[in-house]
Amino acid sequence: MASPFLFFLLAALAIVASIGMLVARSPVSSALWLVLTMFSLSGIYLTLNATFIGVIQILVYAGAIMVLFLFVIMLLNLSALPQLGDLDGTKILGFILGVAILAQLLYVLALGFDLPIAPVTPAMAAEGGDAGTLGKALFTRYALHLEIAGILLLAATIGAVMLAQRRFQ
Amino acid sequence: MEVALNWYLALGALLFTIGTLGVLFKRNAIVLLMSIELMLNAVNLTLVAFSQFMGDADGQILVLFSIAVAAAEAAVGLAIVIAIFRGKSTVDITEINLFKH
Repeated sequence: MASPFLFFLLAALAIVASIGMLVARSPVSSALWLVLTMFSLSGIYLTLNATFIGVIQILVYAGAIMVLFLFVIMLLNLSALPQLGDLDGTKILGFILGVAILAQLLYVLALGFDLPIAPVTPAMAAEGGDAGTLGKALFTRYALHLEIAGILLLAATIGAVMLAQRRFQ
Repeated sequence: MEVALNWYLALGALLFTIGTLGVLFKRNAIVLLMSIELMLNAVNLTLVAFSQFMGDADGQILVLFSIAVAAAEAAVGLAIVIAIFRGKSTVDITEINLFKH
């Protein structure tokens, strides 16, 4: 759907940034690496012609959620915990488990599937990711779902305020 | 030349695995929540790729709802972390054992 060079550049950036999040020692650098991952994923959405989701990705993830994370890190004044240090049995088991999940996912991909993929032209793809198309579906067919999502966000806001006041011993 | 669907799915699989490793390895509860966000993002990428390659916008609607749920999850999760930190002064998940006693 887009030039392969752009996609592979952004994909490499996303992978490097997420590995950076994994190995970073301080939570602040982890958060900043994750912001870079979010930005490159947003670029990948743009190469897919999903413009609306690409913008929402930056607004909500990089703009709101990651700022929330950074605020909490700042509030709690954390020192870096020792991590990935001693290699005990749990860590090795976890690594094997992760590699097994990846191998399983890539094996299914390598098998190839027999999906009836419609021949989508770039113009159709651009229309499919457009804010107008998504908005029309969201406010007609999915209006009830949208209302429920709004109630969920309200409940989460109230719940977060109530929980943050509490003190667990 | 265009990028095939499989490359997008492979990237999603890789990011999901990195997120899983983050959940398994990290001891900081906040970084754990960030790894979960990464896993959600990988699934979103898969959904958007399928949606665009099959010419069906419903996948992207699902991604919008998934982003809303991720925002709610992050808010509640971080509130729980703050509440635990106020009582125990740590976010190390190996030391958080409220249900043990």
